[in-house]
Amino acid sequence: MEKLLLLGDEAIAQAAIDAGLSGIFGYPGTPSTEITEYIQGSKEAKEKGIRSNWGANEKTAMEAALGMSYAGKRAMFTCKHVGINVAADPFMNSAITGANGGLIYIAADDPSMHSSQDEQDSRFFADFAMIPVLEPSNQQEAYDMVHYAFDLSEEFHIPVMMRITTRLAHSRAGVVRRAQRVQNEIKLHENPKQFILLPAIARKQYRELLAKQEPLMKAAQTSGYNKFIPGKDKSLGIIACGLSYNYLMENFQNEVCPYPILKITQYPMPEEMVNQIYEECDSILVLEEGQPLYERLLRGLLNKGKKVMGRLDGSIPRDGELNPAIVGSALGLPVSKGLPIPSIVAPRPPKLCVGCPHIDSYNAINEAMVEYGVGKVFSDIGCYTLGALPPYNAIYSTVDMGASITMAKGAAEAGLRPAVAVIGDSTFTHSGMTGLLDCVVDNVPVTVLILDNETTGMTGSQDSSATGRIEAICQGIGVHPDHIRVLNPLKKFHEENLQVVKEELAYQGVSVIIPRRDCIVAANKKRKAGKA
Amino acid sequence: MKIDIILCGVGGMGALSTAAIISKAALDMGMYMKQAETHGMSQRGGDVQSHLRLSDKEIASDLIPDGQCDLILSVEPMEALRYLNFLNKDTGWVITNENPFINISNYPEKEEVIAEVKKVKNSIVFDADQIAREAGNPKGTNMVVLGAASKYLRIDIEKLEDAIKDIFSRKGEAIVNANIDALRAGRKVADNI
Repeated sequence: MEKLLLLGDEAIAQAAIDAGLSGIFGYPGTPSTEITEYIQGSKEAKEKGIRSNWGANEKTAMEAALGMSYAGKRAMFTCKHVGINVAADPFMNSAITGANGGLIYIAADDPSMHSSQDEQDSRFFADFAMIPVLEPSNQQEAYDMVHYAFDLSEEFHIPVMMRITTRLAHSRAGVVRRAQRVQNEIKLHENPKQFILLPAIARKQYRELLAKQEPLMKAAQTSGYNKFIPGKDKSLGIIACGLSYNYLMENFQNEVCPYPILKITQYPMPEEMVNQIYEECDSILVLEEGQPLYERLLRGLLNKGKKVMGRLDGSIPRDGELNPAIVGSALGLPVSKGLPIPSIVAPRPPKLCVGCPHIDSYNAINEAMVEYGVGKVFSDIGCYTLGALPPYNAIYSTVDMGASITMAKGAAEAGLRPAVAVIGDSTFTHSGMTGLLDCVVDNVPVTVLILDNETTGMTGSQDSSATGRIEAICQGIGVHPDHIRVLNPLKKFHEENLQVVKEELAYQGVSVIIPRRDCIVAANKKRKAGKA
Repeated sequence: MKIDIILCGVGGMGALSTAAIISKAALDMGMYMKQAETHGMSQRGGDVQSHLRLSDKEIASDLIPDGQCDLILSVEPMEALRYLNFLNKDTGWVITNENPFINISNYPEKEEVIAEVKKVKNSIVFDADQIAREAGNPKGTNMVVLGAASKYLRIDIEKLEDAIKDIFSRKGEAIVNANIDALRAGRKVADNI
């Protein structure tokens, strides 16, 4: 078969196309974005009629994926790790309803927080919901596992999580394709009422979910994705989860690892295999690319069994992603070192692009806020979060999608004046609209700036659900039309923009200011595309 | 044969397209390869890097271990220094453009940066922007640096040219030729040292 050079994300997308996917649903988020983008750009996917538009947020996207599964077709949901928080409600409950057509939830975790606000490990969520997880260690496995995950999902009528991390998502390698499978026809579940989670049905469904656990563990034992690799030196056994297996093997390039290894890429953790390595070896090293979920379980609260090493006993750093040197050090191996980094090397943090409309917006906000003092601008998640850095130092919070408006509301209710929220257009339709409704209902004095660059900028210019709809949404929610003000954030309009911001800051009600100008990156992309 | 390369620069300077060209050439030669990139937030004017690993055997880690990188290839001199911890201090090469990209207020003196690069046992630091301009492709700095590095890559320059043809074919013959010209001009620099 054909060998393609693919990012981990792209391998997943290509596999989904080949495995009979009918629809992909998600919201952009690094490092997951390229999965959906690949399908959106794929000629094959277009010919097959695979639906692939972005959702307003992860919750709406996951629910739509569940609906497609309900109808009997194969569906995939994608998000970054924190997107699972947004989709937690359908995530937990779809484990109980179960799936009909194959249903895969991709969670792309970001240990070391390269582009994120935390490094939560999505395997905890899967464990919580009691659904199986596949955690590929390389691009080929990612490709193969998508095919397997759809089959597993249909066999057990359960959503399957595929958990990847940044280094797999954004690393390219050759991937061999498989034969293509046709899409499912519409076919309802023999018991469609299982999706009605009235308590009486939910209790029954929950017991079914519990009953699936044993056979799911057996599947993890026999599928071939979890491997026991014997070793002569039984003083240590190594349990290597997902990507950590590669870092382990990197330390044994020219020799065989002397220790027995249990490579884990499918959960629930196969107890028999774990028991084998635990019984065989004097101590256990657990390697997890993320948080110490299974290390903690193996160690137990009292830690009275065999010696278990990993992130909890300091053998591995407690936070951050793994690498070959960290794993080598934990094994007591000599680790090669390069040259010291000269002290003159200065950090080069990301910053707003030259010509970015947010620069003009922040210049107006900062000048208007001078008379009120610092600490009164709440913000959100997107490129404009960079307004927290010099030279702007304009914002004082970034917590989760949509929290700018609601935190400003709470602060205003505490008496803070003025209370200002700065949110992007896509983030506004993701999770800002409901908060704005709360402001209107309580008639709280907040000034909300919706920075409309007509795209989802930070993740690389994906379509925004807000484009062309913001004024209508705000009016519909009940913001008075006199206090919905649209600006053109350009230097030449600075004085008049400043005047508008000042007026609305003085207004003791809900006001929305919409500085609107194309994202400069998206505009350049469009121009280039027009030329080609 | 095994080659570990770090390609680096600042978001938008073409470090990632250089990586794509080498990867394509390596894959066409039947080599195993892994290439880990920086996406997302850092692409907004921050530092970007790509770990590119080529081998005739299967590759384990997506990341290059400290002290084992054969070649740091940079379109910006301070960025080349940022990854020295990965360089094999005895056999590794640093090949970089000499012109700073200054988008921070605390950028060090250019002379100090160049001096640090020259402290590395094997280094080539040169005005790749000037050579790109002379080659008629002022945007081709990354191709010039790749051309200079091609001498140490153990990949035939013809294979790199084929990869450029393949990757840029959608953009038309003029772009393909401009990039190949820049590549060859860069190679000449390395050949004349």
